[in-house]
Amino acid sequence: MSDKKARSQGAVQTTGHAWDGDIQEFNNPLPTWWLWAFYATVVFALIYWVLYPAWPVGGSFTKGLFNDITFVDSDGSVKTTHWNTRALLIRDLKEGEEARLSAEYMSKVADASYAQILADPEMMAYTRSVAKGLFGDNCAACHGSGGQGVIGLFPNLADDAWLWGGSIDQIHKTIAEGRYGFMPAFRDTFNDKQLRDVASYVLSLSGNKVDNAARARGEKIFQTQEGGCHYCHTPAGTGLKSQGAADLTDQIWTIADVNGTDDPAVKLERVEKVISGGVQRQMPHWSERLTPAQIKLLTVYVHELGGGQ
Amino acid sequence: MIKHENIETNAGLLIVLTLIVISIGGLVEIVPLFYINDTVEKVSGVRPYTPLELRGRDIYQREGCYLCHSQMVRPFRDEWLRYGHYSLAAESQYDHPFQWGSKRTGPDLARVGGKYSNAWHVAHLINPRDVVPQSIMPNYPWLQTTDLDYSDVQARMRALKRTGVPYSETQAEYDHNVATFGPETANKLDILHAEENLMQQALANDYDGQRDRVTEMDALVAYLQVLGTMVDFSRYDEGYFAEFR
Ligand code: HEC
Ligand code: HEC
Ligand code: HEC
Repeated sequence: MSDKKARSQGAVQTTGHAWDGDIQEFNNPLPTWWLWAFYATVVFALIYWVLYPAWPVGGSFTKGLFNDITFVDSDGSVKTTHWNTRALLIRDLKEGEEARLSAEYMSKVADASYAQILADPEMMAYTRSVAKGLFGDNCAACHGSGGQGVIGLFPNLADDAWLWGGSIDQIHKTIAEGRYGFMPAFRDTFNDKQLRDVASYVLSLSGNKVDNAARARGEKIFQTQEGGCHYCHTPAGTGLKSQGAADLTDQIWTIADVNGTDDPAVKLERVEKVISGGVQRQMPHWSERLTPAQIKLLTVYVHELGGGQ
Repeated sequence: MIKHENIETNAGLLIVLTLIVISIGGLVEIVPLFYINDTVEKVSGVRPYTPLELRGRDIYQREGCYLCHSQMVRPFRDEWLRYGHYSLAAESQYDHPFQWGSKRTGPDLARVGGKYSNAWHVAHLINPRDVVPQSIMPNYPWLQTTDLDYSDVQARMRALKRTGVPYSETQAEYDHNVATFGPETANKLDILHAEENLMQQALANDYDGQRDRVTEMDALVAYLQVLGTMVDFSRYDEGYFAEFR
């Protein structure tokens, strides 16, 4: 080690400066390969300055030579401009290999009716792969990546119970225009006993065992002006799709987590909580954020997810 | 003639010359932005934040959201497909400091406004895993339980006004805002009515789902919901934006 050091020191020049008598400064010349690499970057920069936008000049800048981009603008006109990332993107979005392929399918989807898409295996395969990505980017945060939803907050799209309807048309409308699931809060309308009664009736609709007297009193509240529940949930309790009112007769619960417990008292408590607090849930509208063709793909995707009707 | 040795042995001179050399790089990059005519796109719709959104932005910075979230959609195809239109310089013209960021542990937020409902944001900020099971974002439950302190919102607006954000104090400034942004927006940019406006926006929209309170959650969600929504891109041809590069 020390041998090597001595040898290398012997070979090294000094700058000729001396401080405090004998402190000298080594001069280690740069390795040749490094120096040439450095010169190469300088040459690269010079070429770059010529080809690409580079130096500010007055109120403008050098725009680069021999490097124009031609692209088709949104209004259909063909434009040519100096190299820049924005023009490059416009061209890429229209003419890139991926873009061309997807545009081809997209225009097919845009022109096709829902019936045609559903009947065409090739278009369905394309729909599944593209819509899965769209769903992941835009819907999964609320409805979950598999559409399973979150009880109380966001409905399950993967089951065959629909608040607003599971036909293609209704799903399309839901996605394009959004939905506002609203049920008034009854905390000021009912006292604790009435709340228990009506909740008992609601639970009985889906076959839960409840106190019979309470159920009968609750039925009266549900079916009359007193509660007015039948306006939205229908007298049979099966729900009104035009209001997004839940079906109370099935085993599927979207807000009150009834299936999450076996304890009848807790079930009752959870239903009471929903009735007293009401519901306000908003499904955003997507007509501005997504293109009509994208909404079409998602409609088919959601329809298929949830055993659509 | 200045010799190598003279510079090296004179610390003061060495510092001055070093500063000059390293400032050249910065100056060449920054100075032209002040006089090149077309750096900020001329688009309508971009306005300064309302008092409530402004407080939300302060909370965004206080909580360090920018450490995991950028607010800058770059002009690449993959970003376009995921987030939407790339960010314009014009969209952050009233941001001081801007929140572009460069770290994306979470997704970019430049266009998150309107993407989710208020209720989603509230649930997500209290505990992200309630809505996104695999999320690694921290919980911010205190936002929902801490009343918003807006006692100094006027001072904050004045500070921003000094940097060139057109909040108004005088009648002339107000009139100017009416001409630029329309009367409805101009009212919200009026420093003298900041507290009133803040309360009104919070109560009218009830971002946090607690009707009787104005919390930090109200402010933060109001801010998130406006991000990236000010420019109506359907009004412009894409080629127009390419002229600014
Ligand atoms: C901010 C959260 C949120 C996002 C994001 C969201 N949804 Fe929803 N969605 C909801 C809520 C809440 C409801 C329930 C509305 C109600 O209570 O009536 C809903 C309802 C629906 C329904 C109706 C379900 C039924 O039973 O009738 C469909 C279909 C749907 N969403 C599809 C989508 C699709 C597709 C996307 C993505 C483009 C999406 N949602 C994004 C919150 C969201
Ligand atoms: C204005 C219409 C309306 C009225 C009146 C109404 N509801 Fe509802 N109810 C709804 C809607 C809409 C939903 C579903 C909300 C959603 O999913 O976003 C719902 C949901 C429910 C749920 C939760 C179902 C689930 O799957 O978790 C229960 C329980 C319920 N209602 C009971 C009642 C009772 C009891 C009354 C009368 C006291 C009543 N509702 C009155 C519209 C109404
Ligand atoms: C440790 C890093 C981290 C911090 C700090 C953080 N986030 Fe997040 N954020 C994430 C991750 C990861 C996701 C994606 C998973 C999810 O949706 O929760 C995310 C998602 C989000 C989303 C949804 C974006 C979309 O398009 O789906 C929003 C909105 C958001 N964060 C806001 C905030 C706010 C506001 C703060 C500050 C109070 C914050 N985040 C702090 C990591 C972080």
